[in-house]
Amino acid sequence: MSGIDKIFAELRSKKEKALIPYIMAGDPRLERTKEMVLAMEKAGADMIELGVPFSDPIADGPVIQRAGQRSLKCKTSLKDILSLVADLRKKTNIPLILMTYYNPVLKLGVENLFKAAERAGVDGLIIPDLPPEEGRAVLEESRRCGLNWILLSAPTTPVNRLKFLAKQTQGFLYYVSLTGITGSSLKDLSEVRTRLSMIRRMTDKPVAIGFGISTPEQAKALGEMADGVIVGSAIVRLIEQHLEDPELPFVVSAFVKRLKQAMTGRSF
Amino acid sequence: MPALTELEKHYKFSKNNKRFQSSFKKYLKEFAGRPTPLYYAERLTKKLGGAKIYLKREDLCHTGAHKINNTIGQALLAKRMGKRRVIAETGAGQHGVAVATVAAVFGLECEVYMGTEDMERQSLNVYRMRLMGAKVSPVDSGSRTLKDAINEAMRDWTTHVRTTHYILGSVLGPHPFPAMIRDFQKVIGMEARQQIHKTEGRLPDYLVACVGGGSNAMGLFYPFLDDRTVQMIGVEAGGHGIESGKHAARFADGSLGVLHGTMTYLLQDDDGQIRLTHSVSAGLDYAAVGPEHSYHYDRGRIRFTHVTDQEALAAFDLLSQVEGIMPALESAHAVAHAAKLAPQLKRNQIVLINLSGRGDKDVMQVAKIRGVQL
Repeated sequence: MSGIDKIFAELRSKKEKALIPYIMAGDPRLERTKEMVLAMEKAGADMIELGVPFSDPIADGPVIQRAGQRSLKCKTSLKDILSLVADLRKKTNIPLILMTYYNPVLKLGVENLFKAAERAGVDGLIIPDLPPEEGRAVLEESRRCGLNWILLSAPTTPVNRLKFLAKQTQGFLYYVSLTGITGSSLKDLSEVRTRLSMIRRMTDKPVAIGFGISTPEQAKALGEMADGVIVGSAIVRLIEQHLEDPELPFVVSAFVKRLKQAMTGRSF
Repeated sequence: MPALTELEKHYKFSKNNKRFQSSFKKYLKEFAGRPTPLYYAERLTKKLGGAKIYLKREDLCHTGAHKINNTIGQALLAKRMGKRRVIAETGAGQHGVAVATVAAVFGLECEVYMGTEDMERQSLNVYRMRLMGAKVSPVDSGSRTLKDAINEAMRDWTTHVRTTHYILGSVLGPHPFPAMIRDFQKVIGMEARQQIHKTEGRLPDYLVACVGGGSNAMGLFYPFLDDRTVQMIGVEAGGHGIESGKHAARFADGSLGVLHGTMTYLLQDDDGQIRLTHSVSAGLDYAAVGPEHSYHYDRGRIRFTHVTDQEALAAFDLLSQVEGIMPALESAHAVAHAAKLAPQLKRNQIVLINLSGRGDKDVMQVAKIRGVQL
């Protein structure tokens, strides 16, 4: 049972939904990323997605593109981010999921990455530009070391493929709420509801929804349909507005707290 | 993925469908002006004093480059799939113009993404696209060139996938694009093969073509792959020279990686970040190369070399002055290499250059480089 599985099991028994904030590692600096992870955990985040910057992030909108550029300006590499995770493990057990494009993984070597990620204490991996059919090495490694390779599905994914993805994914199925890129605005909740009830009939694995979720109200509404909610661009935009603010971790965690409160309906 | 699966289905169907193929051929002939001539460059041959040089005149295609072959094919597929909107990336603007053109003739809505750096050096093509009713959207991220335009086009496609077909311009991207675009471009090599047979009674010794993504090169080379006596040379952009780091020579200085959904040779740093490229020619200014080129490079069937910006500019002058043909700066790279190669060969040998595009679009830029006020 992975760290991600455990959290979903715990939350299910409490009838709660997972809040999964996304931030770009190294934006504005790795030291700040560390502070923000710890602050977000205190504010109620259940797992955290850490973006690995890439020069050509085709699944990302302008907000996360700019964050990646800022991080790359500081020369943040995948190896640096793995060191950050190892460092964070001295202070927290919160599941950490890396979201990375495939080329940095390939350059480091799939086996090398998994060895290093396992040692550092990474719980999951999302690779938006690697379909499972092309990722045999990643699949084998992820099975070997119990590190979850989380797959994405889209509103346009046909039923047969959806079944395949639900079967292959580990930890949870990442349901992309809309046809588009990160930071788009989600308008049609009824389509999400229909698709999710279809996915529910196919699998018992947890399903988390991402893309286009930017407000506590949306987090609450989508949390009611799924097992988890991923919020990325809205947080990254907040970071962008407070890059040099000494209170940055507080600003971010205050927003995360509002999201979690909306999802649980209680304050803490 | 579903969009790629759908495209593959229609592409496979169209390959063997008589009605599709006859419609494709009709537009190539009556709209694009095919077949393009194979021209014996007599004065250039004499001047270089070696092998006989032939030019495959893709520059004479409607819109000024080989790009139209592919855009006709894909626009017909878009119609088959019921997509009312097409999008594209463009570097030099030749592909963008070719997409705007087919969008006009087939009545499709059209949006072209172009890096702001390229928009500046190819402003004439930007205006041509707009004149034909296309929307040209500037891309200001990354290196502001072809790579970034592809990123943006892919983002658009993800967003509007239900109504939109992405007309990728070169033998790049995820399957089925590289194979499909090769099939739409192989008409170049099929014609050239017949034409050289007719005039010389034999096959050429060398084929030379410039390689950005590599669609004109693959289009020429593909029908000759089984002809063991025919040597094939792809010419990449050497920019300011390999040692300067400012170039787009993937085979000289790159390694295997994945970009835009394909595994191929590309220019990257130690962390797997894609490197910035440079070339005087916008159409060659890209960090990756078509995967089929990488395959034939690994098995030794196609060789690759590179020429610098300066050499390409000299070849631009050479062909203009000796033959009265102004090549696109992309194609000038092929001419520049052929000019080095021909003098080393015997007079009865044959070098066939793919003159993939015409140079009208580059006149302003060449003048600017030379400090000439127009």
